[in-house]
Amino acid sequence: MRRRRLLTGLGGAAAWMTAGGPARAEQPRLDPALPLGTRAEAELAELPGKHRLIKLSWRPPNYETPIAAFDQAITPNEWFYVRYHLADIPDMSVLANWSLSVGGDASERPFSLTLDELKSGFEQVEITAVNQCSGNRRGLFDPHVPGVEWGYGAMGNARWTGARLRDVLARAGVKAEAVELGLQGYDGPVLPATPAFRKCIPIAKALEAEPLVAYAMNGAPLPHFNGFPVRLIVPGWTGTYWMKHLRTLELRTKPLESFWMKPAYRVPRGMFPVAMPFVTQEDEKTTPITELVVNSLITSPTEGAETSTKGFDVRGVAWDGGAGIRGVDISTDRGQSWKPAALGPDLGRFSFRQFSLQVVPPGPGAVTVMARATNNGGQTQGTKLLFNPAGYQHNLIQNVTVMAA
Amino acid sequence: MRRFATSALLVAGLALGMPAARGTAEEMEVKLTPGEGVTTVETNCGGCHSLDYIVMNSPFLKEENWKAEVAKMRKAFGAPINDADADTIIRYLAENYGAPSKP
Repeated sequence: MRRRRLLTGLGGAAAWMTAGGPARAEQPRLDPALPLGTRAEAELAELPGKHRLIKLSWRPPNYETPIAAFDQAITPNEWFYVRYHLADIPDMSVLANWSLSVGGDASERPFSLTLDELKSGFEQVEITAVNQCSGNRRGLFDPHVPGVEWGYGAMGNARWTGARLRDVLARAGVKAEAVELGLQGYDGPVLPATPAFRKCIPIAKALEAEPLVAYAMNGAPLPHFNGFPVRLIVPGWTGTYWMKHLRTLELRTKPLESFWMKPAYRVPRGMFPVAMPFVTQEDEKTTPITELVVNSLITSPTEGAETSTKGFDVRGVAWDGGAGIRGVDISTDRGQSWKPAALGPDLGRFSFRQFSLQVVPPGPGAVTVMARATNNGGQTQGTKLLFNPAGYQHNLIQNVTVMAA
Repeated sequence: MRRFATSALLVAGLALGMPAARGTAEEMEVKLTPGEGVTTVETNCGGCHSLDYIVMNSPFLKEENWKAEVAKMRKAFGAPINDADADTIIRYLAENYGAPSKP
């Protein structure tokens, strides 16, 4: 047990405050379904350039966004979550000399470019898109599975600015034999023996209109720990493909063999619907996790809040892998009846879509609020977990219980 | 006391050919449950990641699951942990951070 917690156990939180300093560590509000150990060690902590996020691990840094920060359509950079697998993260001074290498055996004309050349040499494009970690809500899996035990906040929605990936690739000349685009960043492992974080996407995905080589996030440079100065944006696909500190784009004639493509980041084949199967990386039983499933998060009211018996607003955000949100329904009777919420402005099919509905509780006492999003493909949230060993794609309907008085 | 333990950990890590940890001061506050093998855990595991990873993944892994995690660190991630230390680490994790045994 940590010293802080011993002190807290002795009424030490107050002692910290009166001792002259801000309490060094403050406990975030965490879902009781998270592992006990996670709830014991998680704390609110500040990375450079960030507000206090929920620290799950110090090194490599894994910090999630508190739910309150999602009570808006765009997640501010200072609140945006941080996720790394490997702890050797270059300093800003090193990253300031960034350049990108574009090549591979399926390129006609390999080249490299600087940040200025990326900004000035290609059409500037913007897209609003959700970046969500594949393992968001892993900590809510029952039974628990090992990994970073995320609650609800391993995600964020930002307005990304950059060059179209396909425009950058076109300058290198994409040969007809290209099957995949290999990706690598400037961050790396502590030990040389540890596999570098190398990923790939199908060439067909790389040549779609939406993926960006992005140099701005919500109109500002990317924060250090969100991939400064340039990261890949793959709208609709989970964060694992959104390579941070982007270093290499490699047009490949052969499938990449990388620990981080296989055995890592796999789901059972056929478990989750996809528009574009990742055929070059599939095997008999498993396939890479790719597209986001439809999901929603209630941001207000919060668990345990006191509400009025006369009525209160239910608000939150919904998102999916790019079909777009058709509707969000709200229930206050444990799913027996549902009412459609009003949807907020449409910021694009890859963005969070806000929803809100005023509900009147049946009477005083505990009321459980549920939200269920449905996308334009007819996909909807359910109540039965699609269990998979790595703990991906948790999109169960959330229950938020409040006290009406 | 904590600082001393920390530097001992780093020195031991360097002796094993591990790079010095680039941890922040805060992570040094992570204190694992005292017990047989805790130093072996700190030395071997703390080279690549902060020790809160262990606490975070508890208490729901059985001994066989911790064994699989240690095997993954050695085989997939290339952690230079010898067989004897691996056994010590697995025992420690199962005893101190393992799933409670069912009655």
